[in-house]
Formats: sequence, C-alpha cells, structure tokens
Amino acid sequence: MSRPMIEVSGLTITFRTGARDVQAVKSIAFAVAEGDCFGIVGESGSGKSTVLRALSGLNPDWTGDIVIDGEAQGRQRSKSFHKKLQMVFQDPYGSLHPRHTIDRVLDEALTVHGIGDRDARIEQVLRDVGLPQSFRFRYPHQLSGGQRQRVAIARALILEPRVLLLDEPTSALDVSVQAEILNLLRRLRAEKGLTYLLVTHNLAVLSNMCDAVAVMRYGEIVETAEMGLIRRGTARHPYTRQLLTASQGYDRAAVDLLTL
Amino acid sequence: MMTQLPLLEVEDLYVRFDTPDGIFEAVRGVSFSMGREKLGIVGESGSGKSLTGRSILRLIPAAREVVARKLVFDGIDLQGATEKQLRQIRGKRISLVMQDPKYSLNPVMTIGRQIEEALLTHQRLSRTEARAKALAMLEAVKIRDSERVYRAYPHEISGGMGQRVMIAMMLIPDPDLMIADEPTSALDVTVQLQVLAILDDLVTQRGMGLIFISHDLSLVASFCDRVLVMYGGRVVEQLAAKDLMAAKHPYTQGLLRALPRLDGAPVDLPTLNRDPAWMTETLA
Repeated sequence: MSRPMIEVSGLTITFRTGARDVQAVKSIAFAVAEGDCFGIVGESGSGKSTVLRALSGLNPDWTGDIVIDGEAQGRQRSKSFHKKLQMVFQDPYGSLHPRHTIDRVLDEALTVHGIGDRDARIEQVLRDVGLPQSFRFRYPHQLSGGQRQRVAIARALILEPRVLLLDEPTSALDVSVQAEILNLLRRLRAEKGLTYLLVTHNLAVLSNMCDAVAVMRYGEIVETAEMGLIRRGTARHPYTRQLLTASQGYDRAAVDLLTL
Repeated sequence: MMTQLPLLEVEDLYVRFDTPDGIFEAVRGVSFSMGREKLGIVGESGSGKSLTGRSILRLIPAAREVVARKLVFDGIDLQGATEKQLRQIRGKRISLVMQDPKYSLNPVMTIGRQIEEALLTHQRLSRTEARAKALAMLEAVKIRDSERVYRAYPHEISGGMGQRVMIAMMLIPDPDLMIADEPTSALDVTVQLQVLAILDDLVTQRGMGLIFISHDLSLVASFCDRVLVMYGGRVVEQLAAKDLMAAKHPYTQGLLRALPRLDGAPVDLPTLNRDPAWMTETLA
C-alpha cells in the first residue's frame, strides 16, 4: 500500500436530540491510500454520509482520529485543508446557488483562497469536466442534471484538491448520464492522481469505480472488502451478501429470505 | 387471457403543452393495451413516461390538451367521461402511487385517518369498520406494528414505511388498475424488494393490473411481465420483460450498456449516443 491519504480510527459521531444521544457512527476505522478509490456502501441511516460530513469538517460532533495527508485534523479546519479536500454532493439541483452564474460559483472558491489567474483557471476547469465555455455565464436552471453535476465537480476541482469526497454523485441522474459522470470521475482520478472516497447505496457503481469497500450498517462497518471479492459475488458478512442479492434485481423467492 | 377484453386500451395518445416557443408535444402517439399484468414503462427523465401514466387518470391540468384516438378502461371511455364519472374511477378503480411519501402524504393528518379517508370517499362505512379495514390493510402491506403506525404522523415513520402506507391507501378501495410512478426509487434496495413483493402478490392474488413506471431497467426486467421503452414522448420499443436484454432498438441497447454491472470490470462505461432519427423514425 502506498502512502495513506485518509486515515480514520475510532471515529464516533454523536448527535444530541433532546435528552437522548444518538451515536450515528460507532468507532469506525479505515484507511485510503493516495490515488485509490475507496467506497462506503450502506442503506439510509447507516451513517455513511455522516462520515463524509465529519471528514470534510461540516460536522464538528465527532471524536476519534482523522488524519488527512499525514496531518491530524481537529474540529476547526485550516484554509489549506479545504484546498486539499473537496466534496461533491448528491443533488445537483440543490447544491448550486440558483441565482449565481456558473462563473460566480467557480470564482467564489478562488476569491476565498486568494488565487489569481481566475479566467484561465475557470476556462481550464470547464474543459476538464467537459463543459463548453459558453456555459460559463449561464445559471443552474439552464443546465440539465448531468451538466449541473459537472459544474459541482468543477467547483470541487478548481482548487486543485488531492482528495474528493463524493456523496452519491450519480444517484439523482439517469443511467446514460450516470455513465458519463462515472467515466469523467475515472478520467480525472487518473489524470490528476486524485484520491476518492465514494459513498453510495449502489454496489454496481462501486464495483465500477472502487478498489475496496466498507459496508456500513447501524453506524458500524460490518465488513471491509477488496472490490474483487464483491465482483465475484463473494462476501463474508451476511449483511453484505444480502445487499448483493438485493442488487441483482427482483426475485420473489429471494425476498422471503431477506432478514430485515 | 387472450379472449378477455383488455383492461386498458390506449391508442395514439398525445399530451401537448403551450410554451413561449409554441406547442410542445411531450407525449406523441403512444399506443398500448394491457390486461391484469405487470406492465413496465421505462425511459429517462423527460421521456413522457409519467405523463403517460397520469393521462390515463386525466390528471394533467396544465396541459393544453390530452387527446387519444382511444382511451378505454374496462369498457369505459375515459375521454368522454364527465368529472363526476372520473371521480368514481379515480382512486376506486384506478389508483396512482407516487414516488415520494415525504411529499405525497398529508403531514398534519395521522396515517390512520388518511387511509380511512381513501375508504370513506368511496364507501359508506362506520368509523369502527373503517378503522378495522385500515388496520387490516396496514398489515397486508407488511407493517408489523400497525396500531402504532395507524396513530402516527407521516414524519414519525421511515421512508420505506411511508411508501407502504401510500400503497395501503391506494389499495384499500380494491382498484382494478394501479399506476405506480417510481414507487420504490426513494427506498433502500432491500426495502424496495419487499414493497415490490407486495405489489407482485396483489397482481397474482387479486388479479389487479399494474403499470410500473421506472427509470431502472434492470429492476423492470426482473419485475414486470412486459415493458414499454419510451424516448422523446414515444414508445420506441415494446417487448416481454424477459427479452429486455435482447432489445432491438439502439436506444434500449444503449441504456442497457450504460448500466454499471456488479461483476463488471472497472473500465469506462459505454455512453449513449443519441441519434436524432430516434425522434422521427417510423416505429414498427
């Protein structure tokens, strides 16, 4: 394994709701090598998106260790951290400001980080994600879902990060558009040597993208497996096997065997 | 089966909208007929699949017009029907299940009351009878803790349960045809299969017809009996679900190839090259 880019251990995330504390993530650990794509799969409420939010600094209610590129992270993140790690969200309809042009969306990160040469950078990043330059002064509602997700990826890439956290990046898209976005993400990873942490409920998407996967349920990682094992349909944990069965389409007989 | 009259016949259905650029035809000449079976309609967003489903219930108020050469349900001409007649059909004989329980359930009404409302609209029953039927229906859709769910508000139950509640509500008047528009897309894969099993059993046990609208080709292939593939407002291909993997139309083939596979290699997926001719070609 080459140099680790993301190292997480003993990560516990607790939400306080009234008198009751809810542990959404319970002491999980995983590591992702530089340049790898690591997947987290699980159903709604399993804690997979919560992990991403804690990693990105959006959620401060965590304990444990988060190390990114050799640097231990605290609750407050530095500006250089955000330049290194960026996130792409699930819903391209909700994650772009409806009254900002694409140019302004992309420009904002550059302004925050005091980066010059903005025109050239915006032109370059639009080329990187396969959008024509004419889109630069359009608004999100003038774009299709797939084009918006390209903008969201461009916004994450414009700071030239090393790590992308991808939260269900294609689940709001049609399959033909999903294929384009997955291909784009694969090309960008290869070209720029990016490290991906990809969260999804779709095992087939992970199989197409990732090298290894952690399966989460009720806030815990029940199994971490090489993707090759999943592709061959062999998994150790019964819950992973159940997910595999459920991913293979409808089978009346199989439904009765699901233990929920 | 073959000697029976079809449950639903749609011939040459058009849905037109007024736009600033002129008239837009969202559904263009869709024809199909179905019996008491599971008919899948697949296509991407904007292909007209949801509009086709809603046209049957004449529930597209913003459209300029919804016209068909024939729109007949169980011998009733839906186009000639008055609003009063339609109210007798909507919910009671044809019901519609929508995608997202978060937006389709009334947030300030308990689950029990909502299900009873569906029942009391179409039948004369006492409250006690309605309550008993509502609870029985919750159990029929495999909700174990039916008493609690009956008293709960929509925000107090999970998405999977909400979807089952909507199905319960649509089933309680015992419809002949159910139109389900992406009924399981918001659900986890394992819950999705359970909800499908409920629908499947209803078709086989009660002889209900089901129109299952979905963008998920592999799901439709494994769940439905027959599939209509829609593109640009038209049905470009119609085939038995088991033959979907051997589809003839380049659009269907392209969609299938673009799907990532669980056992596939981590390589680029073939993307869909849209041929402009698909919009205008003469369909077989």
